[in-house]
Amino acid sequence: MAKQPSKAASAAKKPASPTNAAAAPSDDPDFVLGSLQQAFEANKRYAADEAEMLEFYRQMLLIRRFEEKAGQLYGLGLIGGFCHLYIGQEAVAIGLQSALDNDRDSVITGYRDHGHMLAYGIDPKVIMAELTGREAGISKGKGGSMHMFSTEHKFYGGHGIVGAQVALGGGLALAHQYNEDGGICLAYFGDGAANQGQVYETFNMAALWNLPIVFVVEDNQYAMGTSTKRSSAETRFYRRGTSFRIPGMEVNGMDVLEVRAAAEVAFAHVRAGKGPVLMECNTYRYRGHSMSDPAKYRTREEVQDQRDHHDPIERLKKTLIESGKGEDELKSIDKAIRAEVAQAADFAETSPEPGAGELYTDVLVGEY
Amino acid sequence: MAIELKMPALSPTMEQGTLAKWLKAEGDRIEPGDIIAEIETDKATMEFEAIDEGVLSKILIEAGTEDVAVGAVIALIEGEGEEPAEASAPEPKKESAPTPTPTPTPSPRAEKPAPATVARDPAIPEGTRLTSTAVREALRDAMAEEMRRDPRVFVMGEEVAEYQGAYKVTQGLLDEFGPKRVIDTPITEYGFAGIGTGAAMGGLRPIVEFMTFNFAMQAIDHIINSAAKTNYMSGGQMRCPIVFRGPNGAASRVGAQHSQNYGPWYASVPGLIVIAPFDAADAKGLLKAAIRSEDPVVFLENELVYGRSFDVPDMDDYVLPIGKARIMREGSDVTIVSYSIGIGMALEAAATLADEGIEAEVIDLRTLRPLDKQAVLTSLAKTNRLIVAEEGWPTCSIASEIISICMEEGFDHLDAPVLRVCNEDVPLPYAANLEKLALIDPARIAEAARKVCYK
Repeated sequence: MAKQPSKAASAAKKPASPTNAAAAPSDDPDFVLGSLQQAFEANKRYAADEAEMLEFYRQMLLIRRFEEKAGQLYGLGLIGGFCHLYIGQEAVAIGLQSALDNDRDSVITGYRDHGHMLAYGIDPKVIMAELTGREAGISKGKGGSMHMFSTEHKFYGGHGIVGAQVALGGGLALAHQYNEDGGICLAYFGDGAANQGQVYETFNMAALWNLPIVFVVEDNQYAMGTSTKRSSAETRFYRRGTSFRIPGMEVNGMDVLEVRAAAEVAFAHVRAGKGPVLMECNTYRYRGHSMSDPAKYRTREEVQDQRDHHDPIERLKKTLIESGKGEDELKSIDKAIRAEVAQAADFAETSPEPGAGELYTDVLVGEY
Repeated sequence: MAIELKMPALSPTMEQGTLAKWLKAEGDRIEPGDIIAEIETDKATMEFEAIDEGVLSKILIEAGTEDVAVGAVIALIEGEGEEPAEASAPEPKKESAPTPTPTPTPSPRAEKPAPATVARDPAIPEGTRLTSTAVREALRDAMAEEMRRDPRVFVMGEEVAEYQGAYKVTQGLLDEFGPKRVIDTPITEYGFAGIGTGAAMGGLRPIVEFMTFNFAMQAIDHIINSAAKTNYMSGGQMRCPIVFRGPNGAASRVGAQHSQNYGPWYASVPGLIVIAPFDAADAKGLLKAAIRSEDPVVFLENELVYGRSFDVPDMDDYVLPIGKARIMREGSDVTIVSYSIGIGMALEAAATLADEGIEAEVIDLRTLRPLDKQAVLTSLAKTNRLIVAEEGWPTCSIASEIISICMEEGFDHLDAPVLRVCNEDVPLPYAANLEKLALIDPARIAEAARKVCYK
């Protein structure tokens, strides 16, 4: 079913107009839902040079150590409310976001958002300070773990309502198209959110209007305590765009180089004006859904198996060592990251809470 | 026996229309299914189809006649073999209610034109020329003017573009601004409200039209959780300048699921601006302000008012302040606080009360959040008696809020308890008589005013 050349040719004619009925996806007779997967399979692991690999390693390790520290601070009562850790899923955010053009592209995600922010190189201090609810936090302490934003980096949150970020991401993509700025939107959601109706409402409009958006399902196997097989009639999420003629990709989300290779294929497709892509990244979270989740719905052995055999950081470490990197150099990276995270934690613990006056600021922008 | 063809009602709220064109002439044979005439309502041009057969023997209402009442006899059809009608028009039967004369027959609940005593809006400079404009046109003009001014402004919603608006509010916008800026959406409120909100986060200025606010219930999560809270949750970093607009409140005979006032719902949410104008000038000036606002705005219109015309100032850029009430009628004996369609009823009640020697002051809140408390309290201090008229349920209403404000901050000025005149506390029924019983009307408002005046 390889019909890529003709597909690309006819799809490229689609003008970027939301209401151009003549360019509806259904007009493309050669539409092949699996075409991107084929392109990806042909070259499944991104050929990163050593500097890139070291950077991926550093970034994933930063997320890992940051999240471990956040878990610790939560245990100490310094972080309150809900706190969803990204441990185990690091390769997804790093593999994808390293392929973005940060001058143009936007990102939006749900509440498991610390890792996506760190992937931008945002100072861990202001993220940790937000987790502890301090004035120096990136949302002045008023957002918390689930509601963090950096419009400077075109990172649009940080959304607490499961699935809402998918429709909002559709809007960010509409803005890219409207402004003709060449940017694309990367909208992450989980396997749980994948069952929300608005996700499909957005798929429909994104495909209908040819919006520049990559939908990424971070399938970590559990929607809180419900496994995908207990919640989803179709657990191969990349197929769920089929009814909307959105090409799907199935990616090993535990391998940063594979995620990056998939990102290259997906982003090129979307950036060429060919409409949305749905990418499923199969991953695993080592910790509970949130800090208050005892995770009784799965066995210790299952988690241990993931850690021992699929860990994304260990996998990249192995590749680095195979390519000649010394253990010592990698250890020194870890040491530097531990120090950076410890500083962030100190900062988050010692910086002041917001002043009482902040209670009333930022409710409205205008004065009426 | 001639068959009478009567002016049809082509929408739930239609009371009269224009007989635009006859497609058959006197003497033509008519078969069921033939299009006989074109009729214009305030929303659309509709074809009038024959259901009888015979010969069109007499046209009683000429093409081009405006304001033909629903039910008026517009033509006669003779069955096969019957004598054609006399050349002169037959006398309408005196006992039959519809008359062939093109006089509008407003339903009892439809509002009369506001009395001439309406106070001039201080926002309009002396000497400004005024043009009578229907509310729907004023809303359209506001959008068009803002779209000309700011390329980031666009409209999206169901039937807003090619259909020209389900209620014709976006009429003509597609022609002027094209499909990029006037976007027809599928029927998918949650989805397009989210996309609109995301586009606002991304720097655009969306106007999201809901065909009615009843359907916005599907989208309320994005209005409240995504749009209203963004600025606060981001510590002022991320804004969401979006307008959600559409008709709100009871329409006419459309039953419980299509008849509800969401003013109190949205007005309870910090982070939102909620506007509910009554007349055309306020609709225009406030919609322009809403589109320019950096904050998310819920803009509540009313279908029953769309077709009503009011004076709108001929000004290049008529923008009104958000959060300011307006004194619609000055009075010294009692204050009637209301908004949206309630204002028309309050003014009517005030006219009745004036005949009885009670001078009512009518305050149009215009903005429900932030509420112009001061305007309410100032009027209360002047009249010492206050009632609230609200086309909506009484429980946890804007009326409840006004009463609370009067208790907390105006107690010393009160000479009588504050009363509220609201709809009955039931889902809106379909039956005409029950619907009428459920909704507020000028008589109930006047009665409450008399009561607080102890008259």
